[in-house]
Amino acid sequence: MSDKIEAYAHPERLVTTAWLAEHLDDDGVVVLESDEDVLLYDTGHIPGARKLDWHTDLNDPLTRDYVDGERFAQVMSERGIGRDTTVVIYGDRSNWWAAYALWVMTLFGHEDVRLLDGGRAKWVEEGRELTTDAPEVTAADYPVVDRDDTAVRAFKADVLDHLGRPMVDVRSPGEFSGELLHMPDYPQEGAMRGGHIPGAKSVPWARAANEDGTFRSREELEAIYLQEQGLSTDDDVVAYCRIGERSSHTWFVLTHLLGFEKVRNYDGSWTEWGNSVGVPVER
Amino acid sequence: MPTGTDTDRSDLPEAMAELAEDFHAVSEAERLQLLLELSRELPSLPERYDGSLDTMERVDECQSPLFLAVEVEDDADHTVRLFFDAPAEAPTTRGFAGILHESLDGLPARQVLDVPDDAPYRFGLAEAVSPLRMRGMVGMLSRIKRQVRLRDDARTAEAGQESA
Repeated sequence: MSDKIEAYAHPERLVTTAWLAEHLDDDGVVVLESDEDVLLYDTGHIPGARKLDWHTDLNDPLTRDYVDGERFAQVMSERGIGRDTTVVIYGDRSNWWAAYALWVMTLFGHEDVRLLDGGRAKWVEEGRELTTDAPEVTAADYPVVDRDDTAVRAFKADVLDHLGRPMVDVRSPGEFSGELLHMPDYPQEGAMRGGHIPGAKSVPWARAANEDGTFRSREELEAIYLQEQGLSTDDDVVAYCRIGERSSHTWFVLTHLLGFEKVRNYDGSWTEWGNSVGVPVER
Repeated sequence: MPTGTDTDRSDLPEAMAELAEDFHAVSEAERLQLLLELSRELPSLPERYDGSLDTMERVDECQSPLFLAVEVEDDADHTVRLFFDAPAEAPTTRGFAGILHESLDGLPARQVLDVPDDAPYRFGLAEAVSPLRMRGMVGMLSRIKRQVRLRDDARTAEAGQESA
């Protein structure tokens, strides 16, 4: 593993493209691709990688919530993942949806789940092998585990209780200030109010990434979150964005790269807060 | 909405109705493959649009950048020509554009304007790609119709001036 990765608080959570290329055929390793674009996997993927769709596989089709333990066990089993499998996730858009999938797997307490540094774009840019061949998957037997929403997930009520304590808004500056109700270049999500949760610090997610989508070094990340923003690794932190995908990226950075002990992702994010009656909003 | 109108194709232009039928004839997984084929078949931009994305309309409803140009020809039918540009890394967006290109390119302006606004939901795709992602195609269609209306009106005005 590279020196850059060794320096992180939890280096076992991140792998390089070179490491992955060497371990593709390992027993006990399963690679998942999690993209925003639902067809991208089918245009060519890392050999052996299985597709995991953030929306159709991880979200409940009716309630705005994640799947339950039974459905999660089915999704994992179908992809040949057992409870002790090492899962490596990569995806498009600087790993937003890969980080989101990793965070959802954390709700179910999957122990060994890692991200590919740089995601899909870096693998492609390095000219590494892609294939459209469907992987040969032997179904595994994943146990039904209850989802634990207390450790790394925050609901609206938790955020209301949390007001006055550290919070990171990872959206673009325009969304934070309330000029925009949605991401620049993204569809209108229809929030009734623009602005941010009172007291939240604006640290757009992209500040944690290099141009090529890899994570910045531990030193660079500490300069942003610790020195500049004054956060401390023993702080109780809530991160949010629009629907919880970009804040999964920041949650990963704070938790696994910098070693924060208590970071929760508020997945209701602005599409819930900006539409809720009576909650405080700051501009 | 996705249900109810999903199998009614009587108010769609012929090419669109046929394509919708193709989508309904196969399983959900095969629908995605069909969408992928259409994304591959999306014609590239003609030379006159090369390097001039700024003259095209940007479709903000799509999660990945898509540019659209609409031309209305000077013939009796006011034939509509559609041009799209979207990157290879955005196959779903390209596939949606492919559906609209295959369905609407070469039709008289009147017929394009008559396409129902819920047409994007007639391909059985909402379940396969998730309803959230359908917004891109809805946005493309409404922008196409708006541009056709503008250009069609302009053509009609020109014709009026010539005959006056």
